[in-house]
Amino acid sequence: MSVASAFMAVLRRDLLLGLRHRVEIINPLVFYILIASLFPFAVGSDRSTLGIIGPAVIWVCALLAATLSLDRIFHADFEDGSLEQLFLARQPLVLLTSAKVLAHWLLCGLPLIPAALALNALYQLPVTSLWPMLTTLLLGTPVFSLTGAALAALTVGLRGGGVLLALLILPLYIPVLIFAVGAVGNAMNGLSIAGELYFLAALLVLALTLMPLAAAAALRIRLG
Amino acid sequence: MPNIPPTCKLELRALQCSRNDALLFNDLSCVLQTGETLYVRGANGSGKSSLLRMLAGLAQPDAGDVRWCGTDTRALGSDYAAVLQYVGHQNGIKLDLTAQENLAFYQALNGGPDAAALITALERTGLASCAALPARRLSAGQRRRLALARLLLWHAPLWLLDEPLTSLDDDGRALFRGLMQRHTTGGGIIVMATHEADIGANGPHRELVLQ
Amino acid sequence: MLESLYKYAAPQNFYQLSRRLTPWLAGAAALLLLAGLAGALWFAPPDYQQGESFRIIYVHVPSAWMSLFVYVVLAAAGITGLVWKVKVADALARASAPIGAAFTFLALATGSLWGKPMWGAWWVWDARLTSELILLFLYVGYIALQGAIEDRRMAARAGAVLAVIGLINIPIIHYSVEWWSTLHQGPTVTRFDAPAIHISMLIPLLIMALGFKLYYAANVLVRMRCELLEAERNSAWVRQLGS
Repeated sequence: MSVASAFMAVLRRDLLLGLRHRVEIINPLVFYILIASLFPFAVGSDRSTLGIIGPAVIWVCALLAATLSLDRIFHADFEDGSLEQLFLARQPLVLLTSAKVLAHWLLCGLPLIPAALALNALYQLPVTSLWPMLTTLLLGTPVFSLTGAALAALTVGLRGGGVLLALLILPLYIPVLIFAVGAVGNAMNGLSIAGELYFLAALLVLALTLMPLAAAAALRIRLG
Repeated sequence: MPNIPPTCKLELRALQCSRNDALLFNDLSCVLQTGETLYVRGANGSGKSSLLRMLAGLAQPDAGDVRWCGTDTRALGSDYAAVLQYVGHQNGIKLDLTAQENLAFYQALNGGPDAAALITALERTGLASCAALPARRLSAGQRRRLALARLLLWHAPLWLLDEPLTSLDDDGRALFRGLMQRHTTGGGIIVMATHEADIGANGPHRELVLQ
Repeated sequence: MLESLYKYAAPQNFYQLSRRLTPWLAGAAALLLLAGLAGALWFAPPDYQQGESFRIIYVHVPSAWMSLFVYVVLAAAGITGLVWKVKVADALARASAPIGAAFTFLALATGSLWGKPMWGAWWVWDARLTSELILLFLYVGYIALQGAIEDRRMAARAGAVLAVIGLINIPIIHYSVEWWSTLHQGPTVTRFDAPAIHISMLIPLLIMALGFKLYYAANVLVRMRCELLEAERNSAWVRQLGS
């Protein structure tokens, strides 16, 4: 019982903090839409070109925006001593870390989805790409938050941690990128996307089982 | 108040600690009985904070162990976390939450809400009037008081305090001395890192000076 | 067996062992590499399709094998250091990273050199080359993390977690890249493993592979000695060495 209430306590606190400090949530979103709308200036507004690069741009920029917001998962808690207190709580650290990751996804991962759908329109993509865009983002962004949390825990409090974190995390996002953009591309060509979705779901399950453990282990190391 | 067995003690056994490959202290041993206070002194960088973090289980010693009531604290795991309260260098306070929300969070995290204890904790640290203010609007001393108020949220027999008096005014110091005395006369144990030459404490205490 | 394992897990014993082993390993590596090169450059016949340019596989393939092998060593050593707190294992992981990165870079560079006559371009997004490139990023990330953490023990433990995450991801990355590559280019002939290699071409390749492995062993032992000296600079046995 107290396990669940501790989980909820961390989740509620992080959501509350996020809502009280909305800039930190809105800025990555603005960044997302901003960099995604730079591409038409560079390649031209030709509809067929935009149709080809659209899904890729929308996904790569989502990946960058997700990376940008990763630092906030643990950084503030590390700086103000809250992390030590979480560590000393009677509940397992894995559980509390999972609550933080869930809060991060709700605040920073989920909002990427409506933004991506808006970009879908900006890139004049066909309606057929809407549904695969939505499902791949729903499956992919939690992987970003989970994997990102483990690496954010490893680099928390390090000098130049932000760039280092991006360096460590981006290669690990490649499989998600491949399957997600593949799915959107297939859908636009009228092909089945089941295979890609299964792969994404498998990646999500794997991240769900392993990454909270890795994040807790990494926090233990960084605190010690 | 949950009772501590009067025979319970905190044992530091041949602790060794190094940081950035340099040895901070070695073969550090000490036994604290209930009701005792240990003042840890020493220059900056002598390892006071490291020792406290080690006692809290936040860091692992290179050698030696810490025992609570005769059992290695690493074997006790979260049972050990339940007997201790740690106030570190940083306050562990969220500036965007109110004083009351900060304390309520720690209660929810460690067992469950207890409105009466929360109000008492705020009153005893002199924060009752700013309970509804965001911690951002509190002064440095008030934030430190809020961190110390955490000690009163539930009864933990072992207090580990890292420079608890930082930025407290005279009034706050006197108030805190009272809290400490209350804790030790109730059978609690306190380990406290401090620079203050005269803490003005009475009651059984010892000192540990780190070189 | 177990007893000697315990003995050489102690830094000072390992240091002495490594000093004795290094010349033998280095000598054997030099002999094998010379023999392998002779076989590769003279005795192996030119490839009937690729002519003389195929000979670069004698550097490329062993490097690619080593790049993956060293990462596995890195992760295994990391876990050993993390779980059993063996300092020698920490030193092994730390010393392996730059060598592994160098092998990866060599595999990429030779692959690119080979690509010019083969594909007419220095780089193609071939599945294996791409995977190798991502592996290089993983190595660079590991080295960067080691550099960012000042405390050597913490760096080793953090590195171990990173290496394990990387190791789990390597097969996933590998298969997804392969899948991606077939999707975008159609099934191409994978040029990096000739399906049925003639025995006269194979033997020099195996000799080279063994030579690379021994070179790694000799190199890593020297690097580990440096790491151990630095990590243990305050201990009695290192002071004794200096005096």
